[in-house]
Amino acid sequence: MAFTGLFLISFLVVHAGLNACIFNDLPVFDENDNGDMFNRAAHFMGSSYVIRIMEIGLFAGIILHIVQGFALEAKNRSRRSVGYKVNLGNRGSKWYSRSMGLLGTLLLLFLIMHVAHFWVPSRFNGLEEVEGKNYHNLFQRMVDVFQSPLVVILYVLGCISLAYHLLHGFQSAFRTLGLQNKRYIVLVQGLGTAFSIVVPFVFALMPIAFYFKWIG
Amino acid sequence: MDHHTMSLTLQVWRQQNANARGKFVTYKVDDISPEMSFLEMFDVLNEKLVNEGSEPIAFDHDCREGICGSCSMHINGRPHGPWAATTVCQLHMRAFHDGDTIVVEPWRANAFPVVKDLVVDRSAFDRIIQAGGYISVNTGNAVDANATPIEKTHADAAFAAAACIGCGACVAACKNSSAMLFMSAKVAHLSLLPQGAPERKSRVLDMVAQMDKEGFGSCTFTEACEAVCPKEISVTNISRLNAEYLVAGLTVDK
Ligand code: HEM
Ligand code: SF4
Ligand code: FES
Repeated sequence: MAFTGLFLISFLVVHAGLNACIFNDLPVFDENDNGDMFNRAAHFMGSSYVIRIMEIGLFAGIILHIVQGFALEAKNRSRRSVGYKVNLGNRGSKWYSRSMGLLGTLLLLFLIMHVAHFWVPSRFNGLEEVEGKNYHNLFQRMVDVFQSPLVVILYVLGCISLAYHLLHGFQSAFRTLGLQNKRYIVLVQGLGTAFSIVVPFVFALMPIAFYFKWIG
Repeated sequence: MDHHTMSLTLQVWRQQNANARGKFVTYKVDDISPEMSFLEMFDVLNEKLVNEGSEPIAFDHDCREGICGSCSMHINGRPHGPWAATTVCQLHMRAFHDGDTIVVEPWRANAFPVVKDLVVDRSAFDRIIQAGGYISVNTGNAVDANATPIEKTHADAAFAAAACIGCGACVAACKNSSAMLFMSAKVAHLSLLPQGAPERKSRVLDMVAQMDKEGFGSCTFTEACEAVCPKEISVTNISRLNAEYLVAGLTVDK
């Protein structure tokens, strides 16, 4: 759980960094970029064999994490057949710490939609190419996809689930691996909280920015 | 101190034996003084039940001074009741108000099956201890206390972990019914001390294997255990246990 979780976190860093290239289209940077920087970055990610192999690793990691997650959740739930009449609830722990299975399932549903929106068309169906260049216009795809308010809301909800999943998962992963120095735990908790807010926030800004035509 | 008395409504889990279907039964108790302990309040109720010719409520208790770990009641949703760092036997009735309704349940975990009413079978903990919670020492005269130098921070951490009384509140509070706080207290206590060094690796591996066999869940660090532990055992011990387990698993000789 901890190994695959941390692996997925490292993927998120790359993914968020890369996608943040779309913001190069903001007036403060380069109004005429029109997603060129992002498209070139995305093309790089889609064209090298190293990245293709890493992609297989990523899918394996996600699937492993999901299988482990569901198995763990099912096992732990089975260990108390008769429940309490009055539960401890929030008096002992945070709701999101107790809801990793639920948050993970929401993320899974989000991921299915997300992969269908971008990865599948780009990989298999062939997207429209950028004029005069031999690469897909994923930027245009984002512009199109994020026209729908429903899709934007679902993406923002996905990002919120991610934020809470990470708020627990980031620091929990380190403790699962045996981190016990109090100062490092405080450090990891601080880092984890910052990460869990910043990364999902950057992701959430993307559909919002397209919808409100700040970029595109 | 003011000397008022309280009338309370109790909803208590009654279950004839391990296989019977249990249910909540409501009792009224009057003339409860705030100086009484929670268990003394149960004594009063049981005396009344006996006098009425009905069966008293079975509950575990022994020392009644917070050191044996026998008492085990889940009170209004919290193991050992509302006070932090307090066992049920040390919980006083001044924690409650006249007219309160109090729900009392046994520890709930498949690894702790109900024996009768509020009594659960915690022998799973004994078997975990038997699997590795011991050290090898020469018998004979006691060794001079200062003969073995121990670093102060380690001595303090081991002492804090040794405070665990094996009550099982951590399991009762955990959404996964995990016994990791108890386990980690025992492993940390012994592995931090030089006397525990000979069995350091086999201890953690054997105890964890026994814990899994007993049917406890896995730790996902919700920290509910630490919040309810009457001896304030820290979840940092679980990190220590994980590190011990990882190292032992990778380097064990057999
Ligand atoms: C964006 C993708 C995801 C990332 C970055 C991520 C990250 C993490 C991390 C770091 C942990 C903590 C590991 C530990 O405590 O040892 C974790 C735990 C977990 N994840 Fe994920 N996860 C993701 C997606 C999912 C999905 C799709 C599921 C689907 C079921 C899921 C279910 C779980 C469960 C059940 C746990 C363990 C519960 C716990 O530790 O309390 N995760 N995740
Ligand atoms: S760790 Fe605390 S709650 Fe768990 S058995 Fe020991 S004293 Fe009881
Ligand atoms: S009766 Fe011994 S700790 Fe409560």
